[in-house]
Amino acid sequence: MILQVDAVTVRFGGLVACDAATFAVEEGEILGLIGPNGAGKTTLFNAINGVHRPRSGRIVFRREEITGLRPFQVARRGVARAYQVVRPLNDLSVIANVTVGACFGRENLSLRAARTVAEEVLASLGLADKAEVAAGKLNVAQKKRLELGRALAARPALLLADEVLAGLNPQEVSAMLAVFRSLRERGVTVIMIEHLMHAVMNVCDRVVVLDYGKKIAEGSPQVVSSDPKVVEAYLGDPKAAQRFLEEAT
Amino acid sequence: MSVDALVPSAIDGLMLGFVYGLAAMGLTLIFGVMRVINLSHGPVIALGMFVVYVLFTGAGVNPYLGLIAAAGLGILFGVAIYFVAVDRIINAPELTTLLATYSVNLMIVGVATSVFTTTPRAVDISLGSVGGSGVTILGTHAVAVAIAIAGAALLYAILFRTRIGKSIRAVANNRAAAELMGIDSRRVLALSFGIGTSLAMTSGALLSTLFSFTPLSGATYEVKSFVIVVLGGLGNPTGALVGGIVLGLLEGVSTVFIPVSWVPVLEYVIFIAILLVRPTGLLGARA
Amino acid sequence: MIRVRAPFLPALLVVLAIVAALPLAVNNNSLREELFLMFMLITLASSINIIMGYTGYVSFGHIVFFGLGGYFAFYLMQNFNAHFLVAALAGAIPASAIALVIGVPILRLRGAYFALATIGINEAMRTAINNFEPFGGAVGMFFNFSVYDTYGGARNAALLAYGVMVVVALATVTTSYLIRRSKFGLSLMAIREDQDVAMVVGIDPARAKVVAYVISSFFPALAGATFFFKNGIIEPGVAFDLLRSIESLVMCVLGGTGTVAGPIVGAALYEWLRGFLITTPALANFQLFLAGLLLLVVVLFVTAGLVGWLRNRYPVLRAYIQ
Repeated sequence: MILQVDAVTVRFGGLVACDAATFAVEEGEILGLIGPNGAGKTTLFNAINGVHRPRSGRIVFRREEITGLRPFQVARRGVARAYQVVRPLNDLSVIANVTVGACFGRENLSLRAARTVAEEVLASLGLADKAEVAAGKLNVAQKKRLELGRALAARPALLLADEVLAGLNPQEVSAMLAVFRSLRERGVTVIMIEHLMHAVMNVCDRVVVLDYGKKIAEGSPQVVSSDPKVVEAYLGDPKAAQRFLEEAT
Repeated sequence: MSVDALVPSAIDGLMLGFVYGLAAMGLTLIFGVMRVINLSHGPVIALGMFVVYVLFTGAGVNPYLGLIAAAGLGILFGVAIYFVAVDRIINAPELTTLLATYSVNLMIVGVATSVFTTTPRAVDISLGSVGGSGVTILGTHAVAVAIAIAGAALLYAILFRTRIGKSIRAVANNRAAAELMGIDSRRVLALSFGIGTSLAMTSGALLSTLFSFTPLSGATYEVKSFVIVVLGGLGNPTGALVGGIVLGLLEGVSTVFIPVSWVPVLEYVIFIAILLVRPTGLLGARA
Repeated sequence: MIRVRAPFLPALLVVLAIVAALPLAVNNNSLREELFLMFMLITLASSINIIMGYTGYVSFGHIVFFGLGGYFAFYLMQNFNAHFLVAALAGAIPASAIALVIGVPILRLRGAYFALATIGINEAMRTAINNFEPFGGAVGMFFNFSVYDTYGGARNAALLAYGVMVVVALATVTTSYLIRRSKFGLSLMAIREDQDVAMVVGIDPARAKVVAYVISSFFPALAGATFFFKNGIIEPGVAFDLLRSIESLVMCVLGGTGTVAGPIVGAALYEWLRGFLITTPALANFQLFLAGLLLLVVVLFVTAGLVGWLRNRYPVLRAYIQ
């Protein structure tokens, strides 16, 4: 078990964004984290990452408690993050962006070694020809790949991928899913926040569902997708959920 | 200095504080509306002094009428500065607008020192004095306070009782949303810059009746404005007025207890302390 | 960052060294004086580039370290008969220590607040020393001429000062280059672009910023010690001159922040323009106006500075001009 999230609650003033969320992630699996918008998925990532300190609960990574550690401390322990709203380092070149990812993570590589890793990552994501372009000049799809590339370059043990498939066309999606599968083969654990259901079904080993900050379901993609509570969470109306499930079967 | 001097000194400082506050309101307004730190603030204050001076010595115009001219010119000048130096880079990072307004600072000081040299000037008017029981208030000081208060009141009236004031507040709050509501934000920004500049020039005009000055005098008041704006909260006009009063009072009171040359040190230390401990200022920043 | 096909740093240093040697070769004192100032400006602009260009923190009051270095060194020379070289170093160290102490709290501030804080610090220091008797208060301190006897007379002292200033400038440029090409420099630039992202990839921004700030304070301190040693007199208004502080900022922006060559080009250009304009007193004030106009034009239209513009326009130059 590489990550244990134990009754984590995150509050912003009066708003409870995560409500005693509890689940475990096995090493080398791809875990899907789904739920309607505002369910607290990104906040949960922020808590794992160290961006927000949980009000209560514990987060244990590789048997070490990391609750409340600063983001750079978490990063140095082998956790990488790809943001939902991409944040490229605009004035730096694409290769510099990815080198930044490689340099300061767990492996603490030298600049030269980091750059080699960066070149490999760019090649695997099809951005090699854009290496010297300023990151700010890429289009959105390319920026999304860059965002993932920066996270991958750190060669993390755990990757937090926040809606990296959003805005991509089907071919790009397939390509990204292939990347995730190859990560799994290499033993990298991935938690992916996704709205693209067929991607989740396709590539995730297990799925955790959040709604209003609480976990409402957990299990294999098939089990979760036919769980009435989950359908209701997305559709909002229990009767509609019932009808939908009846029609599906 | 003895404690006897405390009350008159405090009152004097308090009164000056209103005048400082007026200038600071201009600076904070500009920051609040467009998040620009206007480094041309100081020289503009000095310009206000010189407008009054030129009209007074050249045409015998009463300084308080000259003040009205200064206020009016301030609006025009501010709008001009906005379109020349700020409009193009309004969305650029802070350093860019800092340097742009600083370049205007250099230009104004350059021209002003060329034309007026650094010989100290003064506007000699005397309005007698009022007072009793050990407290004397100079007429010029009293009038300055009255006008400063009137100016602040006018600003509030504009901001809170007129449509244009509403647009200013809307743009200050969220420029994009204001545009969507049909407000021409560019015009609002220009006008805000104009009002901010006008306040600074008016303050300068008042100061000309109180102290002697050179084109470089703006610098001291500019720094005072920064201290006040930070004290009161960046972008908060009420805070600027209150901050001005607090600073003026502080200056007045502290000169009784510590040598005059230490007063600036005290002010700067407070400035840094507020930035570090409570950057939103005593009254809370607008942004 | 990264691959440089041409040996940029050695080439740059050689060019600068040749320029420095020029006045000595032709025995031209006024040229030497001008170059003394220019190398000083290169030092100031390159130093501020480290905290501003690379890290993105605009230090408006950076000249405070110039003044502190000057005062500490002067005090040691005046009161302890310290040799200039010793005093300069011994003065720069407390100046950088002060940078460390104030850097930690103020680098927590963002953007405009940080800039204002640095102004506050410079002004606080200036007004405090104005009252500080051991440093001469408002009058300042001055050497009597016999101090220069240790160096073989005033002329030799001036030559020594010149040599030291050149060395300091070269050291600053070298440090700037090394930082830019290093992992540390990359971390600074990441912080500049997006501090939150920098944190998430494993950079400790607080520490990196403070280190950058301390490094950027060291060379101005040495420059200050040298400048005031040569002048033989130091006073608060000159030592903590906010205008000079902003000028080094302007030079940096003129030439292009974030590059090694930028501050050098900016300093040279600015100084050339200033010398060009200072011919008559009337023009001196007008010079201020022109400086402002030039700055405005650069800020509005050539935002990346001259070197930056060149690198963008002709990307092939990127590898050759850092």
